[in-house]
Amino acid sequence: MHKARHNPLNSLAAHAALLTWTAVALFPVVVILVNSFKTRKAIFREPLALPDADSFSLVGYQTVLKQGDFFLYFQNSMIVTVVSLFFVLLFGAMAAFALSEYRFRGNTLMGLYLALGIMIPIRIGTVAILDLMVQTGLVNTLWALILVYTAQGLPLAVFILSEFMRQVSDDLKNAGRIDGLSEYTIFFRLVLPLVRPAMATVAVFNMIPIWNDLWFPLILAPGEATKTLTLGSQVFIGQFVTDWNAVLSALSLAILPVLILYVVFSRQLIRGITSGAVK
Amino acid sequence: MTALLLENVNKSFGEVHVLKDINLEVADREFIVFVGPSGCGKSTLLRVIAGLEDATSGRVTINGRDVTRTPPAKRGISMVFQSYALYPHLDVEGNMALGLRQAGEDRGVIAERIAAAAKMLSLEPYLKRRPAELSGGQRQRVAIGRAIVRKPDLFLFDEPLSNLDAALRMATRVEIAQLHRNLGASMIYVTHDQTEAMTLADRIVVLRDGRIEQVGSPMALYNDPANQFVAGFLGAPSMNFLAAGPLGAPGAVLGVRPEYLSVSATGAIQGRVAHVERLGGDTNLLVTTRAEETVTVRLFGQHDHRVGEEIGLDFDRARTLSFDAEGKRLRA
Repeated sequence: MHKARHNPLNSLAAHAALLTWTAVALFPVVVILVNSFKTRKAIFREPLALPDADSFSLVGYQTVLKQGDFFLYFQNSMIVTVVSLFFVLLFGAMAAFALSEYRFRGNTLMGLYLALGIMIPIRIGTVAILDLMVQTGLVNTLWALILVYTAQGLPLAVFILSEFMRQVSDDLKNAGRIDGLSEYTIFFRLVLPLVRPAMATVAVFNMIPIWNDLWFPLILAPGEATKTLTLGSQVFIGQFVTDWNAVLSALSLAILPVLILYVVFSRQLIRGITSGAVK
Repeated sequence: MTALLLENVNKSFGEVHVLKDINLEVADREFIVFVGPSGCGKSTLLRVIAGLEDATSGRVTINGRDVTRTPPAKRGISMVFQSYALYPHLDVEGNMALGLRQAGEDRGVIAERIAAAAKMLSLEPYLKRRPAELSGGQRQRVAIGRAIVRKPDLFLFDEPLSNLDAALRMATRVEIAQLHRNLGASMIYVTHDQTEAMTLADRIVVLRDGRIEQVGSPMALYNDPANQFVAGFLGAPSMNFLAAGPLGAPGAVLGVRPEYLSVSATGAIQGRVAHVERLGGDTNLLVTTRAEETVTVRLFGQHDHRVGEEIGLDFDRARTLSFDAEGKRLRA
């Protein structure tokens, strides 16, 4: 059986398939990156060509850094994403622990109610959310976005994490109880480290939609001081004229932080996806 | 002094009544084994004693103190789990120290107790290792060490040997017996393995369907079981049960232990050898009788019986047990 897996033909086919997929997935990203370093004319004349001495230009990046307050947008996006993720993971894990660990009346019903959020898109409630934010005076604050994203991420987090928490050995939690650990200590010190791969999975699943979202920043926090990166980039897209250099440069810059976050989580993520299958 | 007193303990999970009116008194320094088939409630009973489950009704008293509503950490117990349940993020020393630190014990006392426990269990070279770097047997010793350092009034063991291989199980069994002698502590041990029960216990508690079937010393239960269930549960190979009528015995069922049967051409039971197990010291014969019952015969030493051979069996009538149709013991 071990030999079959090392058959060079099989391995070649597998690698060919993987490489093809990688090329397809990376193509748009590469096009954006490559063109962000070219002059406007070169972008349209030969979109796939690499920048050479003639066509190389940093004008897009210069526009982005000069116009608007791009560092502020970056910071806003970063704050919203990281704080939302923190709350999603904290509250999601706590709810999941309660649902998987304690027997109480309505436990199953509560779990189903929380899972319902996965099926109903939060955008359906946009009008009501906006109304709520206006009345609480949270419009044009980052808190508006953080609260909405936390609500948006919780259902899936609870769903995935409670499944993983059920797999944590009861004996271990009971050993902690006999040693006099509080339920909070058991949760934070014993259970959370063991579901770290699942936490990373939840973090990645939630991170990208939050980072890329245009809808809620546009509706809840369009003010200059609270603009996120995605919303900020829109200034370069006009109805009649679009500054493609600037758009491509802004997008290239926007990839960076999310890439870094992804690398941080990904080592855990791979273990998370495979841990159920391979044991 | 009683180490543990259970009075009318009941436990239900919703509609399911798991423990039914459990009454038990455990004396100081006694080694008690709960034994029974899976699902009989023995682990639940242990959890109720530990305080990990609340009793639905009834009273639990440990060392003269009513602990029915006391959290596990304050009951003066320690527990060894089947899956070891070591804290993966702490080294061996940290695992043993955690309970004492939580209780606010003095640093010096903690170090002293860990050193003593490590010496007793030969864990000294491993104190700085994480559980992941230990073998199964070593992990189990750490789990036992974690129980010892707390100096509890009562030790609870939840099937501690079932994850170990056969050789290690035997060795650890002996270690636990020695530990009991050295510490002179009261211990409650749950197992489904009747060999562990017979070899370790001062008294065995046989449970079935959430009820105590019988309590007594291993030999008392072996020689004088109260009913057919206890008779069949203890002893390996287990007791033979035959229809009493054709053999001219009283009651509905006649019980004969495999070692009390002997081969004899003119014996009361005639049959054919269906299988032979040669263990070296013993030879076990599985015989299908004319009445289509299967009888196990345990012969000492090595014997030359073949499968398919016609055979006659005789038994010592003085050493048989009689049961009525409900399985209750009939005493002469």
